[in-house]
Amino acid sequence: MSFQTVIGLEIHCELKTKTKIFCSCRNKFGGAPNTNCCPACSGHPGTLPVLNKQAVEYAVMAGIALNCKINKFSKFDRKNYFYPDLPKAYQVSQFDFPICTNGSLTIDVDGQSKQIRINRIHLEEDAGKLIHSEWGGGTLVDYNRGGVPLIEIVTEPDMSSPEEAIAFLENIISVLKYSGVSDCKMEEGSIRCDVNLSLKEAGSSKLGTRTEMKNLNSFKSAYKAMQYEIKRQTAILSGSGKVLQETRRWDDNSGKSYSMRSKEDAQDYRYFPDPDLVPLILDDEYINEIKTKLPELPAQKIERYTSEYNLSAYDAQVLSADREVAEFFDQCCIGYDNKKALANWIMGDIMRKIKEKNQSSINIPIKPEDFIKLLNMYDDKTISQNAAREVLDKMWEGGGEPVQIVEKLGLKQISDTGELLNMVKEIIKNNPKPADDYRQGNKKALAFFVGQIMKATKGKANPQTLNELLIKELE
Amino acid sequence: MIYKLSLIEVAEKIKKRELSSVEVTKACLERIEKSNLNAFNHIDRKNALASAKNADKMLGSGEYAPLLGVPIAVKDNICTEDMPTTCSSKMMQKYLPPYSATVYKKLKNAGAVIVGKTNMDEFAMGSSNLTSYTGRVLNPVDNSRVPGGSSGGSAAAVGGQLVYAALGTDTGGSIRQPSSFCGVVGFKPTYGVVSRYGIFALGSSFDQAGPITRTVEDNALMLNCISGYDDMDSTSQNIEYPDYLSALKGDVKGLKVGFPKEYYNVDIDEGGRDTALKALDLFKNAGAEIVEVSLPNFEASLSVYYILACAEASSNLGMFDGVKYGFRAQNYQDLLDLYIATRTEGFGDEVKRRILFGNFVLSSDNYQAYFVKALKARTVIKENYKKAFEKCDIIIGPTSPCTAYKFDAKLSFRCSFMSDIYTSSVNVAGLPAISVPFGKDKDGLPYGLHIIAPPLCEQRIYNAAKFVQDGEGKK
Repeated sequence: MSFQTVIGLEIHCELKTKTKIFCSCRNKFGGAPNTNCCPACSGHPGTLPVLNKQAVEYAVMAGIALNCKINKFSKFDRKNYFYPDLPKAYQVSQFDFPICTNGSLTIDVDGQSKQIRINRIHLEEDAGKLIHSEWGGGTLVDYNRGGVPLIEIVTEPDMSSPEEAIAFLENIISVLKYSGVSDCKMEEGSIRCDVNLSLKEAGSSKLGTRTEMKNLNSFKSAYKAMQYEIKRQTAILSGSGKVLQETRRWDDNSGKSYSMRSKEDAQDYRYFPDPDLVPLILDDEYINEIKTKLPELPAQKIERYTSEYNLSAYDAQVLSADREVAEFFDQCCIGYDNKKALANWIMGDIMRKIKEKNQSSINIPIKPEDFIKLLNMYDDKTISQNAAREVLDKMWEGGGEPVQIVEKLGLKQISDTGELLNMVKEIIKNNPKPADDYRQGNKKALAFFVGQIMKATKGKANPQTLNELLIKELE
Repeated sequence: MIYKLSLIEVAEKIKKRELSSVEVTKACLERIEKSNLNAFNHIDRKNALASAKNADKMLGSGEYAPLLGVPIAVKDNICTEDMPTTCSSKMMQKYLPPYSATVYKKLKNAGAVIVGKTNMDEFAMGSSNLTSYTGRVLNPVDNSRVPGGSSGGSAAAVGGQLVYAALGTDTGGSIRQPSSFCGVVGFKPTYGVVSRYGIFALGSSFDQAGPITRTVEDNALMLNCISGYDDMDSTSQNIEYPDYLSALKGDVKGLKVGFPKEYYNVDIDEGGRDTALKALDLFKNAGAEIVEVSLPNFEASLSVYYILACAEASSNLGMFDGVKYGFRAQNYQDLLDLYIATRTEGFGDEVKRRILFGNFVLSSDNYQAYFVKALKARTVIKENYKKAFEKCDIIIGPTSPCTAYKFDAKLSFRCSFMSDIYTSSVNVAGLPAISVPFGKDKDGLPYGLHIIAPPLCEQRIYNAAKFVQDGEGKK
């Protein structure tokens, strides 16, 4: 019996609004415990929710970016249960009328394109954090995160492998970051993913029993967890057993998942419409306005880079992965014709600098016009590639205009054939033995001459011109 | 006698400096201390006298505010950051809120001297003040009888002339019924006219705070001070608020007074029925037109009220779990035990009953049959009132099917289960309504006349109520 994997994802994404979803506490990560909360988000009686307009905008933005239908009528419901990180003992969420439905996102795995359907996106509030004392001193509750706005994105079970699921995750994070609604940092928990996985008999349309997996804190964990679960379920089904519908917690340390709760323990959340909030009514004007605010998304950029600029699919993907890099590329394109060369510079040196800096968010401190000036100086051989890199470093660290920096550091390379030719003739005359070695067939002797002249010119000799002249003179 | 004055009279005398706020406040505090009514959970002597002193000072420098220097009380489910707010429950003993309710701030801005927090049925659940953790309240008209509830303390404090006005809250009749039992004027505004921010939520889509006073004019003045749009309350009415006191004439000529024919089917003592009919004559003789209207399925509204209000209450009371503030059980083994022990010990029987009932109607098996059906019925009830008001300007009837009963009375069905029959459908429909004293029963206990109007027609009610009050005064 062979099995096919069926995977669906539930993604919780924190929206990067200025303030929390229902109160005016600042929406920021971290801080000393319980220093960023108010009576409303820490569950004091008599408080009332007031909906954050920016959270609605971001949810609609995400919905548009993910090809969803934006529902003009949606409402908020209470999900009731007891847990210390839930201050009001209910979470305000959206149950039967979510803000977005029926979207999709296309992924690419091994050159195959596949559309993954999105069932819904809804707004809800985040809970606080529990910190379990390591010395058995109980559990501490921090409400700083309580009330942070979330969108929950639920996919259809359209993914058939862990690879597809990871591709989807990478893709959706890219789209969400592009639309500016979240910074999607898995390590900070601003994006979290639960996996629903089941196996079905190959060729059958009947779905198997699915399990839900939680506590997947990185792509790697998610991947390993899915592989583990496929193995586990396969073993059960191959032995003619039944998979239990349950929620499992992934433990990175042991590389295993453990059962948390089964269907029998499932909670009845007693959903009902939240009477403190009025229904959310949106009109076409509002939705269209948000559409105009949405930037060009990765898929569109890739299409444009490959068809208009003739870049390879790989290059297009690398360039469009981060919005800041892609937009930098776009702006440089305006004043620079050789898109492939530009792409190489950016994928090489710009991304190297970004990686070096390793900041929490990408910031390219160079103006596109200035970068183009630098490339032009390389193209017309005013400077060598090494020099160009040096100038780039200077521009990145302290700003400054490339022409001025080249002047100041005296980096202009010597390409003047006349000047170089004299030096070449001189050095060959003064070094007859290496010259003979070269003529005898030891091509490596050329390096000696290159080295000498580079030393004499302090590295400013144009390497290509120098090589050409040396070879010609040595013959 | 200072304590026999109405609010407007004493405010006038204080303004004219015939009386000082300090002497008026001292007199009130003395009466409160001597009183055996147990109307107060907390008396803030120090701050009250400080406020009074400050009021006198302000008047001295020519400043003025509508309630300046007048001693007033506030029901103990309204958050006051300078006084404990306990809801007369073991669960909230010693709870000091981290913020104050909008209505409380408004009273302070209007210059009121807040003397303390009044006793009530626990978490506003009850109509006798017998469910209070801090003991029964005595009816000032007859100390062997209940004052009604859940704003029993507020109604007794006003009826017993301990303060010039008190704030109550009304979810199914909790301002109007105790007002009728204690012979005072109690008003429930249109839903959304008074901010709910800072008031312990019971039935979120039913609750309204309102004034309890000795005269209709006093009541209108109080409503002027506490009403208004509040952006902290998403259900607050964003409209132009009128001056409720200014056009108060008591002229009912040409007024169409409706009497629902279904009221004849309600079980009420003869005296009560006769009294209501007497009121109709009174209006007719003054030039009003009596119209028979219909409120179909009237008795079903009580079930609708209980289903929806208890559902909301069960969710609203979830936050009282012993984790964050308030009472926590001393002995517990684990988290679940903490919740169970705290809520078992912290809540009284009536509270538990209503939470259980609320959970029942929200549970997934029963949600459609009870909650959803009640929601639909709610819409019908609103429609029924709307249709009735096409034929009349106000609807009158008895406030309660019984008068204040003895503490040890064995309650009839109508006085226990049906006690909210006239008042609760008003909250279901979000309408404004008043109870104004009208006549007495054979034991000398006051009847209350109930006057209902369409949404936002508070002035119409005050006008008709003044007419009734003036008629009573002439006797």
